[in-house]
Amino acid sequence: MRRTSWIAGLAVAGLALAACGGDDGDEEETGGTTGEASGEVEVFTWWAAGGEKAGLDGLVSVFEQECPDFEFVNGAVAGGAGSNAKQVLASRLQTNEPPDTFQAHAGAELTDYIDAGQIEDVSDLYDEFGLNEAFPEGLLESLTVDDAIYSVPANIHRANIVWANPAVLEGAGVSTDAPASVDAWLADLETVRASGIEAPLAIAAPWTQTMLMEAVLIAELGPDAYAELYDGGDWSSSDVTSALEKYGQLLGYANADRESLDWPDALNYVTGGQAAYTLMGDWVAANLDLEGMVAPDDYVYWPAPGTDGVYQWLADSFVLPVGAPNPEGTKCWLKVVGSADGQREFNVAKGSIPARTDADPADYPPYQQSAMEDWAQDTLAPSLAHGSAGPVGWGDAVNSAVGQFSSGGDVGQLQDALVAAAESQMG
Amino acid sequence: MRHRIKTWGPGLLLVAPSIVAIGVFVYGLIGSTINLSLTDRHSARPAENYVGTENYGNLFSDDRFLHSLRNLAVLTVVFIVGTIFFGLLWALLLEKGVKGEGFFRSIYLFPMAVSFVASGVVWRWLLNSAEGQNAGGLNALFGMLGLDFLQNPWWSHPTWGMAAMALPAIWQLSGYIMALFLAGFRGIPAELREAARMDGATEFQLYRHVIFPQLSPVALSALIIVGHMSMKMFDLIMAVSGAQFVTEVPSVYMWQTLLTSDYAKAAAIAIVLLVIVALLVIPYLVQNARAERGR
Repeated sequence: MRRTSWIAGLAVAGLALAACGGDDGDEEETGGTTGEASGEVEVFTWWAAGGEKAGLDGLVSVFEQECPDFEFVNGAVAGGAGSNAKQVLASRLQTNEPPDTFQAHAGAELTDYIDAGQIEDVSDLYDEFGLNEAFPEGLLESLTVDDAIYSVPANIHRANIVWANPAVLEGAGVSTDAPASVDAWLADLETVRASGIEAPLAIAAPWTQTMLMEAVLIAELGPDAYAELYDGGDWSSSDVTSALEKYGQLLGYANADRESLDWPDALNYVTGGQAAYTLMGDWVAANLDLEGMVAPDDYVYWPAPGTDGVYQWLADSFVLPVGAPNPEGTKCWLKVVGSADGQREFNVAKGSIPARTDADPADYPPYQQSAMEDWAQDTLAPSLAHGSAGPVGWGDAVNSAVGQFSSGGDVGQLQDALVAAAESQMG
Repeated sequence: MRHRIKTWGPGLLLVAPSIVAIGVFVYGLIGSTINLSLTDRHSARPAENYVGTENYGNLFSDDRFLHSLRNLAVLTVVFIVGTIFFGLLWALLLEKGVKGEGFFRSIYLFPMAVSFVASGVVWRWLLNSAEGQNAGGLNALFGMLGLDFLQNPWWSHPTWGMAAMALPAIWQLSGYIMALFLAGFRGIPAELREAARMDGATEFQLYRHVIFPQLSPVALSALIIVGHMSMKMFDLIMAVSGAQFVTEVPSVYMWQTLLTSDYAKAAAIAIVLLVIVALLVIPYLVQNARAERGR
C-alpha cells in the first residue's frame, strides 16, 4: 500500500512537471515571436505544390535580394484549392494572430475581410511603389473599394478561354477558328456531334459550369451589363433568361459524368479526342506545356465565343492584415510582389501574366505573350467563380444553383436561385 | 452523513474531471452554438443583435437545406437497411459454425479499420458516373462482363444518387453490425434452442419465433448506432464527390456555410442536425435506462 502511494505520488509529480514544462515552452514561443518581430515575414498561401510552388519560390528569391533584412517564413497550408487554408486563416484572424501577409483573390472576394476590418488599406503603398502607373486603369478601378485599395496583385489569369482539339474539329469538318457567337458555337457543336462525338463539350464539377455560364452571360449581355449584374443589376431580366437558355443548350452537348470530374479530367477528354472543346482559365496553358503539347498543332485556344475583346480576369494578391506582427517586413514583401522583377519571376514559373503593363513579353512563353497583348487593350470583366466579382458566399450560392441546374435543367428555377443569391449578398 | 459522503465522495472525485470536461466542451459549446444561432452574425464581424428563430425559419424555407435533408433521409434509410441486411446475413452464416470462422470474421470486420477518406478516394473512382465508351470503375466492369444494363450514373443521379453514396459506407460498417449480431446470437442460451427443437420446431420456426425476438435489443442498438453514424457522415461524402449540390447533406452544407463566414446560419444547421440525432438516440437511452432500472 505504501509503495503504491509512493509510485502514485511520483506519477502525479511527473505530470505536474510536464505541465510546467509545457507552459515554459509556450512562453518562450510568444517571447521569441515578439523578440524576432523585425526579422521574420510569415507568408500564408495555399501554394504548396507544382507550378504554384515554383512561382512562390521565384518570388522568394527576389525577396531575399530586395529585402535582406527580413527572413521569409513559408506558412503554406496545402489542399483543396484553398479551402483548408481559408479555414485556418479564418480562425487565426478571429483570434488576432494574423500572419504577416496572406494570399487572397483580388477584387470582391476581399469584401468579407474588409467588412470585418481585418486588412489594411494599402493605397499609400501604391503611391510609394509607383503601382498606380504600372497597373492598368481598369484593374485599379476593380480593386478600389470606397477610394481605398486593399491588396497588391501578383498575377493575372484569364478565365474565358476555350481550348479545343484541332484534330477532332477537322475530322468533323468544323473550322479551327473561334465561332463568332454562342449561336455559331451551338451550330458547330451539333456538327461535331453528328460526326460521332457524343459529348463534344467537356466540362467538370459545378464551379467549372459556373465559368461556362459566366462566359455565356458576357457574350449575350456584353461586358458592361454583365459587370452590372454583380453591382445591383437585374438578374431577372429577359436578357438573362435567354442567355441562361443558351447555356442550357450548351450543357446539352456536355458529358453526362461532369459532376465527378475536375478540370484536368475535362481537359484530358479534349486532348484525348473524346471531346472537342473545354472552357477553362489559362492555368491550362502551364498544364499543356508540361505535357509537351504545342499550339496550334496539338491544341488551339481562343476567347470564349462572343467574348473576344473581353478579358475576364482573376488575380492572386497579397494583403497587409490588421495587427500583422511585422508590418515593415510585410511592406517589403508587398513591394517585391508589385515589382517588375518579382512579377516576372513569379509568373514565368506559374503560367500567368504580370499585372504590370511594363513587363517584357520576350521573357514569357507564347500563350502568355498573346495574353499580355490582350491584357493591355481588352475590356475587363470580373469572374464570380474566382473571387473577383463577389464574395465567397455569393460564389457558393451560385455554384449550388448551377449544380442543381446541371441535373434538373429548369431555367426558371436557375434564374430564381441566381436572383435570390444576388439579393442575399447585396441586401 | 459523513459516512455517506465517504461512500460516494471518492467516486465523485474520480469522475469530476470528466464531468467538468464534458460540461465545458460538450454542453457548454452546445449552449454557445445555440446562442450563436439566435444572432445575426452572417460575417466575420461580431454579432449585432439577437434575432430569435429567424435563422431556423430561413433554413426551413431554403430549398437547398430541404434538398440536403432529403439526401440525408435517403442515405440513412439505404445505409441502415444495407448494413443490417448484410450484417445479419453474415452473422447467420458464421453462427452456423463454419471452418475458419475467425478468418471470415476478420475479413468482414476489416473494412471498418480503413479510414473513410482513404476508402472514399477509391470509391470515387469505382463509382465514376461515365457510361458507355468513357466508362470507368464499376461501370467499366459491368461493360466488360456484358452487363451494360447495370451501368448507371451512381451518385450523380439527381434523386437516388445518395443510395450509391451509401454503398461505401455499407461496405465498411456491415462487419461491425455482423459483430453485434454474432454477439447477440451467442448470448442466447443453448437450452432455448434445444427446448425448441425438442418441441419439434423446424430451423425456420426456430429462428423466427425463438432467436430473432431475443435479438431485438441488439437490432435496436444496431439501428441507432448506424442511424447516427449516417447523420454525421461528412468525410466519406467529401472524399467521394467533394462539396456539391447533388450529394449535399446538412453536415456538408454547414461546412460550406462556415467557409463563407455565415456563422449564425452554420450554427443553426448544426443545432438542427443535433436535434435530429437526438430524436434518434434519446428514446433509446431512455428505454435502456428503464430496462436497467427494471433489472
